[in-house]
Amino acid sequence: MPSLPAGTLYRGKVGMWSWVLHRITGVAIFFFLLVHVLDTALVRLSPEAYNAVINTYKTPLIGVAELGLVAAVLYHSMNGVRIVLIDFWRKGVKYQNIMFWIVVSIAFIVFAIFTPRHLSHVFG
Amino acid sequence: MSVVIEQPRSPRSRNGANWEKYGWIFMRASGVILIFLVLGHLFVNLYLGEGIKAIDFAFVGGKWSDPFWKVWDLAMLWLAMIHGTNGMRTIVNDYATKETIRKALVTSLWGVCAVLITLGTLVVFTFDPCPAGALPELLPSFCPVNAS
Ligand code: HEM
Repeated sequence: MPSLPAGTLYRGKVGMWSWVLHRITGVAIFFFLLVHVLDTALVRLSPEAYNAVINTYKTPLIGVAELGLVAAVLYHSMNGVRIVLIDFWRKGVKYQNIMFWIVVSIAFIVFAIFTPRHLSHVFG
Repeated sequence: MSVVIEQPRSPRSRNGANWEKYGWIFMRASGVILIFLVLGHLFVNLYLGEGIKAIDFAFVGGKWSDPFWKVWDLAMLWLAMIHGTNGMRTIVNDYATKETIRKALVTSLWGVCAVLITLGTLVVFTFDPCPAGALPELLPSFCPVNAS
């Protein structure tokens, strides 16, 4: 019986899924950024126009969606550090697996601190 | 296939600047700077004070009357747009199977990037926190109409 090939840095397991998540979060942040540059540009039009649009960010629906954006940014930025360490640190490849779980832990802790405060602003 | 993958370890066959390498380095360098710019931006705007609730025209007016935040936001705009667009270019190169479609998508990406960087930069440089004729209660407290 031939055995399944073991996972490598970018094939299967943590190495692959961390990359899939990095890609998905990168695309999500990119499209938000396009919208965000446009809505911020409204300050040049009039205070009323800017306030009207930015007030939609304070609604419950968008307010909760912002949590998704913050989670995406936290993961993408922390995993970005992991990628840089894999590329430039001698032991980066060796520790890529444990570094993924450190990335997830840091992102989760910061997210857990941010979320109740943000929800209290949106619903308070 | 649109992308020709060279034999591993074959000597470089192209002449001129190695743009893929500069792009690779830029993704890492800009990423490291963006950690501070983006997470700092989220912390100041969404975590401190009243968070999202406090954001309005007067809030932006207050921030952009300080050169520190103008430089911060301009650096964030340029780096995030170029980093994000170059990342999207990589993804398009990975998945587009027709060369004409790939070219069209990559060209659109950089077109959108140029337009938004220009727009955002002009907005920051030409911003007036106290526009004439606006309702005083919508303006920052330091505006002359709110001075008395
Ligand atoms: C906050 C700090 C950030 C860090 C540390 C970071 C780091 C990275 C790194 C290291 C890569 C991999 C590049 C490569 O493999 O050549 C990458 C890819 C990418 N990033 Fe970021 N980034 C950050 C912010 C952003 C932002 C704000 C956006 C969106 C505007 C973004 C969008 C992308 C995209 C679309 C990719 C391509 C993903 C792929 O090829 O699978 N990133 N990032």
